[in-house]
Amino acid sequence: MPVNPDLQGRTYPPTVPVRVTAERIAEFAAAVGASDPSARIAPPTFAIVVQQAALDALLEDPTTGFEIRNVVHGEQRFAHTRPIVAGDELTGTMTVTSIRTLGANAMLTAETVIADSAGATVATATSMLLVGGES
Amino acid sequence: MSALAVGDVIAQRDVHLTRASLLAYADASGDQNPIHQDDEVAVAVGLPGVIAHGMLTMGLAVQPVVDWVASLRLEQTRPLSERSESKGAPPPESGPRITDYGVRFTRMVVVDADAGADVRIVAKVGALDGAAGTARIDLAVTSGDETVLGKAQVVVSGLDAEAE
Repeated sequence: MPVNPDLQGRTYPPTVPVRVTAERIAEFAAAVGASDPSARIAPPTFAIVVQQAALDALLEDPTTGFEIRNVVHGEQRFAHTRPIVAGDELTGTMTVTSIRTLGANAMLTAETVIADSAGATVATATSMLLVGGES
Repeated sequence: MSALAVGDVIAQRDVHLTRASLLAYADASGDQNPIHQDDEVAVAVGLPGVIAHGMLTMGLAVQPVVDWVASLRLEQTRPLSERSESKGAPPPESGPRITDYGVRFTRMVVVDADAGADVRIVAKVGALDGAAGTARIDLAVTSGDETVLGKAQVVVSGLDAEAE
């Protein structure tokens, strides 16, 4: 089954809110080798925690035409309106912004808009996935 | 900001990764994919062995820039006796801060069960915009002789804009 081209433009429902605690920031910061894991500001890649939840909806979608074991992470980007800090409650809303098919394979770009509890955008996380379709 | 020039190395770091590093990252991030923990699974999907999470490599590669930015934030704090992030530093949404970070995953980092893996990060000033108060920091991220992250670029905003 090839990658479903109708995915392009599809927006998935927002994730359940992710509560950002000082402990969670500290654990993540220590895992990426931060010099000061007790810093108030989350590491620049912390937003992956929210994006991962958003991406799960895509990877579990039975209509995509691909399976998670055939997905390779090609590129990643985080654009921050403001840093993530302890006390934030964040939701991610993911949209498949582009699909380029190459035979049974595809390059899929997914953009996750990460918003705080007031609805203000905190960051946009963009992933490019290389997807191998089933032949 | 006027002290910075394109090409300046602002930070450099060597990081040693072990299987324990991968386990810690799996727990912190929630990415429990067994290709980052179990050699049998990794080999079964065609990998040479357990590999580091690309997002772990991305996350640790930016840390030298995080430290550099933290030092710039403290420099904005006066007086010297109050130089701590909790006291006088600017609020997180202002002052020097990382506003953009992107990478291309060009090569996997295989983490041997015994020897681990070594990653070298060199952070250089790639571009400066004095009027906007931004700097683009380019990261060279290698393991052995191989580049593992391509086009790894960090944008730092909130630098003192130059009077032009």
